Amino acid sequence: MNALELTLIRIGFLAVLWLFVIAAIGVVRTDLFGPAAARRKRARVPRPQPVTAPVSKSRPTRSRGPNQLLVTAGSLAGTSLGLTDQQITIGRANDATLVLSDDYASTRHARLFPQDGQWLVEDLGSTNGTYLDRQKVTRPTPVPVGVPIRIGKTVLELRR
Amino acid sequence: MSADPFADRPVPMPRGRRSTELAMLVFALAVVLLAYCAASLGLSGKLPSGPLLYIVVFAVLMLAAHLAVRRYAPHADPLMLPLAALLNGLGIVMIYRLQESGRNGNPGNQVAGLLTSATQTQLLWTGVGIVALVAVLVLISELRVLQRYTYTMGALGLVLLAIPALLPSSHSTVNGAKVWIIFGGFSIEPGEFARLALAVFFAGYLVAKRDVLALAGRRVLGIDLPRARDLGPVLIAWAATLLILIFETDIGTAALFFGMFIAMLYIATQRVSWLLIGVLLFLFGTWVTANLFHHVMERFTVWLHPFAGSNPTGIAYQPVQALEGLAFGGLFGTGLGHGQPYYTPLVQSDFIFSAFGEELGLVGVMAMLLVFGLLVQRGLRAALAVNDPFAKLLIGGLSFVLALQVFVIVGGISGLIPLTGVTTPFLSQGGSSLVASWILVGLLVRASDTARKPAPQPIQDEGMTQVVRAA
Repeated sequence: MNALELTLIRIGFLAVLWLFVIAAIGVVRTDLFGPAAARRKRARVPRPQPVTAPVSKSRPTRSRGPNQLLVTAGSLAGTSLGLTDQQITIGRANDATLVLSDDYASTRHARLFPQDGQWLVEDLGSTNGTYLDRQKVTRPTPVPVGVPIRIGKTVLELRR
Repeated sequence: MSADPFADRPVPMPRGRRSTELAMLVFALAVVLLAYCAASLGLSGKLPSGPLLYIVVFAVLMLAAHLAVRRYAPHADPLMLPLAALLNGLGIVMIYRLQESGRNGNPGNQVAGLLTSATQTQLLWTGVGIVALVAVLVLISELRVLQRYTYTMGALGLVLLAIPALLPSSHSTVNGAKVWIIFGGFSIEPGEFARLALAVFFAGYLVAKRDVLALAGRRVLGIDLPRARDLGPVLIAWAATLLILIFETDIGTAALFFGMFIAMLYIATQRVSWLLIGVLLFLFGTWVTANLFHHVMERFTVWLHPFAGSNPTGIAYQPVQALEGLAFGGLFGTGLGHGQPYYTPLVQSDFIFSAFGEELGLVGVMAMLLVFGLLVQRGLRAALAVNDPFAKLLIGGLSFVLALQVFVIVGGISGLIPLTGVTTPFLSQGGSSLVASWILVGLLVRASDTARKPAPQPIQDEGMTQVVRAA
């Protein structure tokens, strides 16, 4: 065995080891963003509008208004929802937009909905009530950005 | 998870990715085979003839594990098994290489304590580890069921930890560390399993108590201080680790336990104050023991002054040999079979990473650390995605402790932190560590399967609502 062969084996093995690492990172990437083919397809084809979605005339202006709902405390802390022009229902029911696993929340606890460019919170007759900041919500109330909404142990906020 | 640019688009999330797993597993096995051939060529200049059987047996074991995952955890993360298999395989190759040095006309000294059957034994333990992995997958259909055994596991963990301290030295001490149970020719290191049991206990305990730990207390200088009585469990954990330190002279294990508990407290409460309290307590405990016990102080001396005076031939002989091995390896290493790792005492267990550093160089070692990092990342990812708070804590804590263990031993070998004897997961010779590591992989696979399982199709309200799974 000469020195050249030795070097080739040595460097070749390291290269294969790194190839494995790179392939593994590729798998992680696919996991995060979906397969490459689907990624290209998504980029080309604009997203079709949902047929059943009601086309709201008073679409909230995205540049000014909030664009996400963030859970800041509770078992879902860290979860965020993108705001569209559809209402968000919150509760323990399986068909709620945000399903809470919180003993202090009701099945259909509250809803958030857009109206005239702002978001309103409405309590849906919950047992333990919905609080906007420290105030109990008794009728649909506008929610400013960054003000906490408390539902049981869960705290939500609108973020821009 | 927030800030996902595709949050409102239907991302085709690949779920059952068993064929990806198989492909990556075959890749890993190919790397191991290549390493084995390279090591054999480097040692004797010949391709391996008979002992190629080792790799065949290893491949069969790993494929069996893959089939078990396919059957019992079809939605699991596709990377966990291949990453673990690669590390385990490289460990076997290195043990084979060390076993062969000085034997059968190969260059070098015989590594003390390595029998000619070392590779077979390690392979046998790999088999036991795979059986344990399959058992975990079959018996634990959801991690949640472990929560029922919170206090049983806590008691089991403490008993396992305490046994070596209570046994006479002849049945518990190897190389000055009183962490073994030895009967006949058979020895196990119960601390490796105690770690898993105590992780289950911590997770169960913290899920029950985390609200109290997080919410009660005062705020001083921008740090949320917990109430004095809530400090109790932390102080108990601290005291227990100190007792391990004192009775078993095992700093590494103590650091792992304490680190795991603090990390899980932090995950459960999201309070930085626990990290500060933990670090301060650990530093204080180390300072006290260093001043009380000579053998702890000695570790600091070796760390700070490895080359001073007679240290290189005396108390620092082992770490200095390892450092010289790393230096000898340089950037690209000497090539498998061409280095002299046999000069480092105990190179097959605690110091196996220095053997890799010498023969694969910085480039190879970095790739291996990345493999560890990816395994930890997949674990943390599963912890983030899983819904059940108990599983979240358990998996988060176990992933963290895997990272901490690698940091403690690799940091110790490379001189970054004082050297403490812990095994390198998957790589070191030794059955307990290997089996415990495979059980850990089993738990991670189970958690990721639960996390990635498609939710049952909910009844949709004609597009007015969308169901969002808690991410």
